[in-house]
Amino acid sequence: MIGIINYGAGNIFSLTAALERLKIPYGMIHSPEDIDGYDRYIIPGVGHAGAAMHKLNETGLVPVIRNLTKPVLGICVGMQLLTSFSEEGNSQLTGIVPINTLHFSGKIKLKVPHTGWNNITIEKRTSLFDGIDDGTYFYFVHSYFIEFNPEFTLASAGYEIRFSAAIQKGFFYGVQFHPEKSGEAGEHILKNFSLLAT
Amino acid sequence: MVCKRIIPCLDVKDGRTVKGVNFVDLRDAGDPVELAWQYSRQGADELVFLDITATHERRKTMVELVKAVARQVNIPFTIGGGINELADADILLNAGADKISINSAAVRNPELINQLADAFGKQFVVVAVDTKAAGERNLVHLNGGRVATHLETAAWIKEAEERGAGEILLTSMDHDGTKSGFDNVLLKQINDHISIPLIASGGAGNTQHFIDVFQQSDADAALAASVFHYGEILIPELKQLLKNNHINVRI
Repeated sequence: MIGIINYGAGNIFSLTAALERLKIPYGMIHSPEDIDGYDRYIIPGVGHAGAAMHKLNETGLVPVIRNLTKPVLGICVGMQLLTSFSEEGNSQLTGIVPINTLHFSGKIKLKVPHTGWNNITIEKRTSLFDGIDDGTYFYFVHSYFIEFNPEFTLASAGYEIRFSAAIQKGFFYGVQFHPEKSGEAGEHILKNFSLLAT
Repeated sequence: MVCKRIIPCLDVKDGRTVKGVNFVDLRDAGDPVELAWQYSRQGADELVFLDITATHERRKTMVELVKAVARQVNIPFTIGGGINELADADILLNAGADKISINSAAVRNPELINQLADAFGKQFVVVAVDTKAAGERNLVHLNGGRVATHLETAAWIKEAEERGAGEILLTSMDHDGTKSGFDNVLLKQINDHISIPLIASGGAGNTQHFIDVFQQSDADAALAASVFHYGEILIPELKQLLKNNHINVRI
């Protein structure tokens, strides 16, 4: 069963609807007392990374999350929270994956936010991308991106510059796109996550 | 590379999908939830639901419809109509909407754009603009084109961007319902002028119009309603044609 870290940042309804369509059971985690009894976790999130980090800190869950030894999937801002720092509000984040979240503005000429379907390049094959072809399209909407890193980037996408579409460090995974909004390919990622070895 | 998006728009009244020719004669084209699901299966990139009577009748938005769509549809969707304050948007976000679209409410209270962007992030905020030519100028119109304002369209869109709009949905009221093609000249002029995504709307009648709008205006997305609802254009065929014309689309 998946525990969803529910710290009040964004649209959980779409995520839970996707899990229900896939018949993947889930529960809600609001505080450290709720953390037990799950075999994997999702950290959702949209909006301002600094504000999201502030909310996550208020739940008291950050030290608990850092010590998890079961698969964790951060989605969009939930993924960015896994990194060390975001240029959004110059915010210190959890630092679980020692890379940074940067602003597109000033670095590219294309429009910001990066909105729409973009194809990914799989940099490292892991079970999270089982059955997903290189070049598959996913739905992105974000103004800040996680820098490409040869050690932690699982999949990249290009928007004038290459950035991390998916990252991994140990049990911690993150996807910048929204699997719950990325059609069948996105649902496939959620299914794969629910089947990752624990 | 990010794709050009094809967006069916479902105009909704009393829980049913409708499309007005120039927003006047309404024809019933079915159940919005089922239509939405069908479009997602066909390869639509995104959906927009507009409650076309909401502003006029001050009707609050369709929370149950949003929830029903979010339960069944696995692509992003935007909801517009009757969103006048933060609380309206908050309810829709929690019901599963990915974005909200504001039109008249933003003109009446431009600060609403800032408030929504600050509260939910600019990616959540689509500012819809209905424009109509008035002599040499293009003016913003309200209430489905019924009411002219003094706002010049390009200036208002720039202001909306500066206030925190994440995307602009621009409908040419001169083209809407005519099936004579998008207003590519105006769309290009606006697109060159802003640095947030632009959705082109109004005038789609055949597949060539979609090729034209992407090639001539470079808009990020093209929106249409009746040509999709009545099966005059099938999305898989449209996307293949766009791809054959070297327009990057998701297939």
